[in-house]
Amino acid sequence: MAESRRQFLLGSALLGTAGAAALGARAASAAPSAAPPATETGGVHSGGHGGGVAGPTFRKGAVVDHAANGFDPTALLRDFDYGRVSRLPDGRVLREWVVAAADLDLEIAPGVRYPAWTFNGRIPGPTLRCQEGDLLRVQFVNTSAHPHTMHFHGIHPAEMDGIPDTGPGVIPSGGSFVYEFDAQPFGVHLYHCHVGPLAEHIARGLYGTFIVDPPAPRPPADEMVMVMHGYNTTFDGEGNQLYAVNGIPFHYMHEPVRVKRGELVRIYLVNALEYDPINTFHLHGNFFDYYPTGTRLEPSEYTDTIMQAQGQRGICEVRFPYPGRYMFHAHKTEFAELGWMGFFEVTD
Amino acid sequence: MDGRTTRNRAWMSAVGATLLLGAALLLLALVGGKTLPERAGPPIEQLAVERTELVPGYIDVTVRNTGPDPVQVAQVFVNDAYVDLTGGEQPIPRLGTAMLRLDYPWQEGQPYLLSLLTSTGLVIEHEIPVAATTPQADAGFFSLMALIGTYVGIIPVVLGMMFLPVLRRIGSRGIRVLLGLTVGLLAFLAIDASIEGVEVSESGGGAFGGPALVVLGAVLAFLALTALDRYLGSRRTVNDAQGSSGIRLAVMIAIGIGLHNLGEGLAIGAAYAVGELALGTALVVGFTIQNTTEGLAVVAPLTERRPPLLQLLGLGLLAGAPAILGALIGASVNNAELSAFLLGIGVGAIAQVIIQIAPSLRDGAERFLSPATIGGIAAGLLTMYVTGLLVTA
Ligand SMILES: [Cu+2]
Repeated sequence: MAESRRQFLLGSALLGTAGAAALGARAASAAPSAAPPATETGGVHSGGHGGGVAGPTFRKGAVVDHAANGFDPTALLRDFDYGRVSRLPDGRVLREWVVAAADLDLEIAPGVRYPAWTFNGRIPGPTLRCQEGDLLRVQFVNTSAHPHTMHFHGIHPAEMDGIPDTGPGVIPSGGSFVYEFDAQPFGVHLYHCHVGPLAEHIARGLYGTFIVDPPAPRPPADEMVMVMHGYNTTFDGEGNQLYAVNGIPFHYMHEPVRVKRGELVRIYLVNALEYDPINTFHLHGNFFDYYPTGTRLEPSEYTDTIMQAQGQRGICEVRFPYPGRYMFHAHKTEFAELGWMGFFEVTD
Repeated sequence: MDGRTTRNRAWMSAVGATLLLGAALLLLALVGGKTLPERAGPPIEQLAVERTELVPGYIDVTVRNTGPDPVQVAQVFVNDAYVDLTGGEQPIPRLGTAMLRLDYPWQEGQPYLLSLLTSTGLVIEHEIPVAATTPQADAGFFSLMALIGTYVGIIPVVLGMMFLPVLRRIGSRGIRVLLGLTVGLLAFLAIDASIEGVEVSESGGGAFGGPALVVLGAVLAFLALTALDRYLGSRRTVNDAQGSSGIRLAVMIAIGIGLHNLGEGLAIGAAYAVGELALGTALVVGFTIQNTTEGLAVVAPLTERRPPLLQLLGLGLLAGAPAILGALIGASVNNAELSAFLLGIGVGAIAQVIIQIAPSLRDGAERFLSPATIGGIAAGLLTMYVTGLLVTA
């Protein structure tokens, strides 16, 4: 195990220049992700949790350098990328994005570096959002040193599927391609790289959320995205050492997700976890309506715990009747104690 | 005069050759080193857990960097849950140590797996088979270890030696059977200690040699005991030749078994330090019964003499007392690499003793392996195997 890991790290060390080039590409292509800084939401309860019987935690006081990483999970939460919008001659909406794959050395837990492969320099990648019936054009630019694709869940022609030997096939390092297809069906989907070895290409960070809004929009709500995932830092393909939602383990323990009492909260929940068959989401002190895949407008369940296999996703809708702090986490408690847990902070 | 000059010349050429070798190595290090490529690739991270101390609510872990590059412990999880920790904030330099205090509410008697996540994402694991509060190394603790060492080492060996009068009546054939039995017992102990030593050494991370340490200990002990035997032998031949060979053999057997018991005490002390003795007294009882047979081995060469009681007691102490020393070292040092080395010493000592005994196995027809001695050896192996079961029971 150690040997292959070293060879692998050697590989990524040699690609440092490619990574630097990728950073530039990210700055050029990811203008929409310029979200408000974390100071607005963070810092209130910093470092207040965990340790001993109070539960799992990283070294107290140690935090990840979000600025150096180039993204902050608090900002990712409500960062929806609607793309560049224009009208086609027939009146249809055209949405265009540029998404760049890049190799980045990220700090995924305080003091732990990870040679990540990213879409637009972040884990998870940008949340691409559109409305059913829109024409979508996603220009994929591969600035990574490795071949990648963008494979979208949803309904589209085979040549737009983003897999090897079909349509453009794998997009080599330095290559680019425009994936073009109609937005359907409405619901919450995901996209990810589809190049072998597939589990590694995904687990390294190449995944993101793809939301197709229904023709008549859902009721207004405080909307957010939560992508459940993990990091196999030893690259042995056997489980993960770190589990997280939206990039950094335990992040929302330090910076709770702030919501208003009584307001409708809509969570687009995606399971992008590799190396474990299922993931779960559990909310304390509250119940939510659950819409599997978000392709129906009626909830299938009223619950506080749901389960998603790899690639499954859905929408959770909840109103918090009481103020206070409510934990959310994987009810696979092993994942929770390895980082997949956080708090909602409900205020008036 | 002539001989002395020859010897001086030999010395001078030896010194000259050594100097030349040293100069060549120095030159190679200074010049040759620069012609070699730089070591490429990511850092090689190795950490050996040298000691874990379980305090209620905490686990203190002493780690040593046994690899060539500095290692930074970024985070730690215990049984798949991240824990708050203090210590090890700075990278640990090569061969440096750090003490990590893990804030974890561990439970008595449970197994724990400590996973140290380094800054590069490597996971270094350490297993605590059974958790128990680590005893504090005070006077009471040391006297307890001394007591256990006495139970396991001295008492059973002396008990076994009390069979000497019986041995005197069984004749030369009976003695050969008994010596065969001794060889069987010792051979089993050597195999057992080798396996144990390799297992222990592998748990230490291998930076100080791993299983090679067992071999090193064994070879060094074998050579040292052979040298001791030659020294004793050359002295004794000046005195009387006949009767003293029995006592000489007994002393050598006692030393060999003593070194073996050092390893045994080590196992007990180390087990106690990590709380495994909390499981019961089976380990102590098992070792005690097993070691009774070691007393037989010590006195087997003495059937033709009547050694004074003090001499017998001395032999008993020589064979049994190292168990006390071993228990003290094992309980207070708890270092896998040192344990492996000491177990290796035991193996080498036993091998030397077997070679010592071998000539006495010869029967009237000068055969080494008469049916009687074969039976004895087999019985010895089986005895050890059966009494060994008591240890793990
Ligand atoms: Cu890929």
